[in-house]
Amino acid sequence: MTEATPRLATYPLTRERAFDPPDELARRRAEAPIQRMTYADGHEGWLVTGYAEARAILADNRFSTRPELLHSPIPQRGEFRSEPLTPGFFIRMDAPAHTRYRRLLTGQFTVRRMKQLEPRIKEITESRLDAMEREGAPADLVESFALPIPSLVICELLGVPYEDREKFQRDSAVLLNLSSPIEDVRAAVQDLYSYLHGLVMMKAKEPTDDILSGLVAGGELTNEEIGGVGLLLLIAGHETTANMLGLGTFALLTNPDQLAVMRDDPAAVENAVEELLRYLSIVHIGPTRTALEDVEVGGSLIRAGESVTLSLGAANRDPERFEGGDALDVSRPAHGHLSFGHGIHQCLGQQLARIEMRIAYPALLRRFPNLRLAVPAREVPLRSNMAIYGVHRLPVLW
Amino acid sequence: MKIKADTGRCIGAGMCVLTLPRVFDQSEDDGTVVVLDAEPPADLTSAVNRAVQLCPSGALSVEE
Repeated sequence: MTEATPRLATYPLTRERAFDPPDELARRRAEAPIQRMTYADGHEGWLVTGYAEARAILADNRFSTRPELLHSPIPQRGEFRSEPLTPGFFIRMDAPAHTRYRRLLTGQFTVRRMKQLEPRIKEITESRLDAMEREGAPADLVESFALPIPSLVICELLGVPYEDREKFQRDSAVLLNLSSPIEDVRAAVQDLYSYLHGLVMMKAKEPTDDILSGLVAGGELTNEEIGGVGLLLLIAGHETTANMLGLGTFALLTNPDQLAVMRDDPAAVENAVEELLRYLSIVHIGPTRTALEDVEVGGSLIRAGESVTLSLGAANRDPERFEGGDALDVSRPAHGHLSFGHGIHQCLGQQLARIEMRIAYPALLRRFPNLRLAVPAREVPLRSNMAIYGVHRLPVLW
Repeated sequence: MKIKADTGRCIGAGMCVLTLPRVFDQSEDDGTVVVLDAEPPADLTSAVNRAVQLCPSGALSVEE
């Protein structure tokens, strides 16, 4: 048992270096891959930083994701867990409730379906690059490239008008900001939910060819549930890939030899994207789960009712699984990383994210072979206060 | 080697198709796994094992 190991008072969020998880997490991992942690509300739970332990917990349905059972590792979000769950928000449900929603959506996100989107994603990417060229350097790569590509794609897939982006991007920024006051988070969820629910009601009257209309026509979910599904997919669909594109480009610009592989070797792109996913691990905190019964993990007995918080970043750098994992090495076999999670909640949109990144990184680097930072690297503003890590802005020249 | 797939457990993540599209596919309907070749040739053993290992839901297994 690891009862005697020192207890971590709060989960560290500040990354000392732009691309590495907080040093504290690596220190904890070296000490014990699973250890006690005191949560924001005083709960004595667990911190998991080892790869094998994190993977085992994610795959084990004896760990629940239901918000009312979870303790929060950071003070800001503690209260929010007791809020009533948005209808259809299946990322916060256990099987079998979760299964019902996921099954209605998986057919839309298969490897084949996502491959069929390639021409459209290429077209969107090229048009963003054309716009950058037209408008001239310098540019903020986040605003002109990293955010619009996945936003446009998820809007088209779901059937959300891209013209409304200012509204939903503002709300999702509040939602993902770990220092947002609880009233603001509540208001942003409510606002975004009302918007999507309104959209669903319109689609019930006048269907269009998209996922939300398809769910309405399918008749298995209420319009309220479809609104919640839409909320989840809209946020998950653009913030994540946007931050991978922004932070990933920053990482490549500071590792020119790795950048050259991504730019010049089409056969290396697939694995290079997996390695960026592993190395950057943009899910900044958690996930957190709570044991529904006593479960032994890596020699520690987690009691029913105790919360476990995983650090995917620390797990993805675990030397037991990825040797020399603190280095970005696009030629390393990177499959098996936990950046999309593992178990029944593994990212629904991961095949879409992969295709977007496989297209966007090389297209950007080929269009602008002289792409470089317009400011010193230390001045790039980092998203240390956001649930999804990345860069707020990436000023570039070419 | 014989591949067994439990479509009741499958969550349609597509990792098997991504790893080995010659052997695995996904249903058009709900995205769950479709095994195209349940007894693939021996030279695919390591790729099959990797697909089994990567499956997030534990829906895939291999009998020797």
